[in-house]
This record gives sequence, C-alpha cells and structure tokens, in this order.
Amino acid sequence: MYNKEKLDAQKAERENWEKNKIAKTLAKRPERKAEFTSTSGFEVKRLYAPEDIADLDYNEDLSYPGEFPYTRGVQPTMYRGKLWTMRQYAGFATAEESNKRYKYLLEQGQTGLSVAFDLPTQIGYDSDHPLSEGEVGKVGVAIDSLKDMEILFDGIPLDKVSTSMTINAPASVLLAMYIAVAEKQGVTPDKLSGTIQNDILKEYIARGTYIFPTEPSMRLITNIFEYCAKHVPKWNTISISGYHIREAGSTAVQEVAFTLADGIAYVEAAIKAGLDVDEFAPRLSFFFNAHNDLLEEVAKFRAARRLWAKIMKERFNAKDPKSLMLRFHTQTGGSTLTAQQPDNNIVRVAIQTLAAVLGGTQSLHTNSRDEALALPTEDSVRIALRTQQIVAYESGVADTIDPLAGSYYVESMTNEIEKRAAEYIAKIDELGGAPKAIERGFIQQEIQDSAYKYQKEVEKGERIVVGMNKFQIEESAPKGLLRVDPVVGEMQKEKLKALRAERNNNKVEESLAALRKAAEGDENLMPYILTAVKEYATLGEICGVLREVFGEYQQSVIL
Amino acid sequence: MNRPIRVLVAKPGLDGHDRGAKVVARAMRDAGMEVIYTGLRQTPEQIVEAAIQEDVDCVSMSILSGAHNHLFPKVVKLLREKGGEDILVVGGGVIPEEDIPGLKEAGIAEIFTPGTPTGVTIDFITKNIKRN
Repeated sequence: MYNKEKLDAQKAERENWEKNKIAKTLAKRPERKAEFTSTSGFEVKRLYAPEDIADLDYNEDLSYPGEFPYTRGVQPTMYRGKLWTMRQYAGFATAEESNKRYKYLLEQGQTGLSVAFDLPTQIGYDSDHPLSEGEVGKVGVAIDSLKDMEILFDGIPLDKVSTSMTINAPASVLLAMYIAVAEKQGVTPDKLSGTIQNDILKEYIARGTYIFPTEPSMRLITNIFEYCAKHVPKWNTISISGYHIREAGSTAVQEVAFTLADGIAYVEAAIKAGLDVDEFAPRLSFFFNAHNDLLEEVAKFRAARRLWAKIMKERFNAKDPKSLMLRFHTQTGGSTLTAQQPDNNIVRVAIQTLAAVLGGTQSLHTNSRDEALALPTEDSVRIALRTQQIVAYESGVADTIDPLAGSYYVESMTNEIEKRAAEYIAKIDELGGAPKAIERGFIQQEIQDSAYKYQKEVEKGERIVVGMNKFQIEESAPKGLLRVDPVVGEMQKEKLKALRAERNNNKVEESLAALRKAAEGDENLMPYILTAVKEYATLGEICGVLREVFGEYQQSVIL
Repeated sequence: MNRPIRVLVAKPGLDGHDRGAKVVARAMRDAGMEVIYTGLRQTPEQIVEAAIQEDVDCVSMSILSGAHNHLFPKVVKLLREKGGEDILVVGGGVIPEEDIPGLKEAGIAEIFTPGTPTGVTIDFITKNIKRN
C-alpha cells in the first residue's frame, strides 16, 4: 500500500525511535506488563505503523463496501442507508407473558423480534414431559403447539416485523408453526422475513440443545434450505453461530474458525443433497459475539467477512454475490457480565455495542446489566436498548462506513485473525470436516483449553475483571430480579390437556403416521411437519416420532 | 487411609451451559481430586445412581437455567433415600441470592455463584467432606 522508498525511510526512523526514545523511557519507567496480549493470545505490539500492513492491497484485501471480499461491509451504504436492526432476545413464562414483552419492546422502538424458547421446547419435549419438570418457561417461552404460537404473535402483524427464533434441533417444527400462524393472519409465506438458528453443529460443540444424531440433523437442515428457497424466500434458513462457541470460552480466532468450519459443513451437506450453491447460500446468515477487547473484535468481524467470501468463491464456486456475503447478527458477550456491581455491565455492553457496529453488524442484541443474576427486568432491557440507540444516534460512528479501516493496528489484526482462523480450518479439513472434528472432540477440547486458561489468568490476577477480582466492594444482595412463577408449568399442563381433548385426534394420528413414513424414506419433511402442526399435533409428539425414527445424539464427554 | 477426594461433577436438568462445570472439574483435577463428569441432561435419579456407584465424597452440581430450586433438593432427598446421606452436596450457577437459604435448608451445603474462584470451591469441599 506504500511507496517502497518512503516505507524504508519510515522503518529507519522507527528503528531510531525504538533505540533512542523508547530505550531511554523504558530505562526510567518500565511498561505496565512485560508482554501485552490480545484475548486470542497474540502479542500486541507497542505501536503499529505502515510496515505492519506493507503488503495490504487495497482493492484486493479491502475494496469497497458491497464489493468482494466485503471486508468493509456487505451493503454499499451501510448504516447511512439503514441502521442495524435492534433486536432484543426475549421470552419467558407463557406465550401470553412473552407477547406482552414483545409489544412493549416494539413500542420502545425495537425494530425486530427475537424469540427465546424454554429448554423443553428447544429439546422437543412438551411441558408435561417428566424431564420438563422445573424447566417450563424458565429461560424462554414454553411452546407446546400451534395454539401457544397463535397467542405468542397475537396482534403482531407478521408481514411487518422480522422475527428471529433461537431454535435448533426442532427448528423445522417452530418454522412450520410460524408459517401456520401467518396463514391465519392472512399473510402468505413469501412475505415472511426472519431467521431460525437451525445450527446443530454448535449445539454439539457448545450449547447442548441437540436431539438427533448428526446425519438426520443435517437432513432436517437441508430440507429447510430447500423448502424455504421455494416457499419462504426471504427467510434466513440458518444462523451459523459463533456466539455460543465464544461463550463456552473460545478465543476470537477460534470463534471465527469454528463458525466458518461449521458453515462449510452445511454448504457441503446441501450440495450433497443436490442443491445448487447459489440457490441456498444467499439465505445463510451468521451470529457472532461481541466482547470487550474493542479493536480485536472489530478486526474479527472484518476478518470473518473476508474469509467467508473467499471460501464461498474459491471452495464452492459460488457466483451470486449474495452467496459470498457474510451477513451477521451480534449479541454482546454474556460471559463478560459480572454478578458483582451489576451496573458496571452497562458500560461493558456499551463498549461491545461499539465493537459490533464498528464491525458492521446487520442486527444487534444488547445484554442487560442483571443477566449474570437472572433474566432481565423490563427496566434493564430498556437501558440495553437505549445503549444501542445512543450509539446509533449520538456517537456518530454510524455516519461513515467502516471508520476504522486503514488503522495500522486494526488492519494488521484483521490479517492476523484471518490467517490464524484459516490455519484452524485447514486442520479441521484434515480431520475430515467439522462433524468429524466434533465427534473426535477436537473442537470442544480447543475451546475448553482456552476457557481454563482464561479462568486461571483471572484467578492469578493476570487478567483484571473490574469489580470481580479488583476494585471489589461490599455489596448487598440485588433486589427486584425477575422471577418466573413456577405455576407456569401447571398452566402449560392444563393447556395441553384441554388441547388434546378438543383437537381432532384421528387427524393428528394420521399426520404423525405420514410424517413417520416420510422420515423413514428420504422425502423433504417440511410439508409433513406443516400438516401435523396445523392439526395441532404437539411439538413433543412430532419430535417424538422423529426420535423413534432417527434415534438420539450421544454427546462425547470431554474433560 | 489417604485416597484422593472423589467428586461427581453433574449437570442436572436440560441446560447445556457446561463451561463452568468443566472449568471447575479441571481445577479440581489439578488440585489432586478424582473427578467424574456426568455430561449434560442428567436426571436426579441418574446423578444419585452415579454418585453411589462411583463411591464419591461429593456431588458438585451446576445449573444455569433457573431450575435449581426444583432439582438440587431432589438430588439431596434421593441421596438420603439411597444411603448416600454422607455425601457432601454443593451447587453453582446463576442462582439468585434469595434462593440460597432455602437450598441450604434442603441440604445443599454451599452455593457458589458467578465469579467464585475455583480455589474457594475446592477448599470448601476439602474441609467439609465426611470420611468414615
């Protein structure tokens, strides 16, 4: 990027500076630490200068927003055209309660919905299943049948909002319910926009809400790709997630590497199932974490975009520019929040918001200050949303595109993250791809090693977490935390009992038998699931049939 | 007799957040304890069966889903019924302060909330296990 002569002169000047100024200063006053490292563990130099990015080729490595390799962003005008979607993840207790919270958030200026489901729903059990005991409505809303889904979106026009659903193993069932609710509102599937997470590989790696073994899970996912390409064209069929990998303790580099390796596996599975890459790849979306190391995070997002574009172009020969663009949602880092002095978390979230926005995110969830303690209260959620609004409307960072480009440090870090992530991906290729690497425990082991290393650094005081291992105060127990009434479990059981009495049980049986037969063969299961859902077959019944045909995933326990 | 302390690290309930459980398990192992980790989604019955079969001194459970008030006491109750009343039971995770007295009353010896150094948990277990 620089004239060689000038670069040499500048290098000589720098050597001079290091030898004289720096040596003298260090002799008088040593630096705070012997070595400064990023959270991904690479050395952060004292100063970055043109020689650190001497090989950077502007047109090839950065180019312009909306142009390959999309380092500077996927849209030509980015936030000057339209701000990112402010999308707070919410849901708890019953569909009625959650519906109220969604309406509140929309009134407060939120621009998209994001549904949190409780664990039984995520694992395909009805609320009256013995394993659901104690978990109903706790970490999200309990959905047992189309009936609950109708209540959840009551009064919310589905052609006007985009809805993201954090649902993986039973994603096809919840998507079918969403399509059915829309139909009842008079909205056809081609008008629906939103996202299902639908990313089973990271469930095996880090998040834990898997049901079926790898192969049938990949089939369900490719069935959705195929079905949506035909019938729900504006739907993001998967949100390939690094978020949970990072929460499990990975570094920023590992987050990029393992997420893109999972992405490669999905593309390969879909191609193997006979789909054309440009038919489904434009609807792939991603989901990343935003942590406190502001500049490393910005570099991470930029590196992920560039690396994915190259992978899609070079490895998969994708032609449609939309297939090459890494579009992503961001959530601020839950594991960075402290239970101690919870108001400090507001500041952390503000820094992470900046990271996501300076990194060019398409949508953002900001965590609430009290989430290390419980589900957030309405007040806390409002502050989290206001944080996004302040960054959007007051900070000025959204007014020009990719403002940190050209920073010697950020560009150098972007290169470094891309290089290290590509090395990891090569290693995973050697192991036979992400599913094999997961089966062998390689990815889990790498993450756990990072998590343990981090914990030891915190405990030794090498890493400071303000309010937790330094600057502590005496605190009284926080008050006014949100609690989910245990009666929710009983209410859901009652609702199920009534549903089973009033629906046409013959039709339900028929639809489930048809689904079973299709699952035993190799047809696309989406139409069968949609029929069963419309007959008010429950989530547990549908997943139960699939459990019987497919079996269940056995976790490889790695310590 | 000076055999190492044996601990069952367990994840009751449906939540999949096992970073904490695994970090604590590794720290225990580094501190010389013998650690068995159950993996995810264990019922109280499975945890108690494993605890008795493995002849552990301590069951150390982690929950982040909010189901602790239901699941922790159930494990203690079952342990008592199955002759494991001498086994020390501790817990951790996202657990509101105000739930802790009730859990202690139900027989969970200590609750470790986010931010607790692993050394504190290890120390507590070392000092509080019952050895015949």
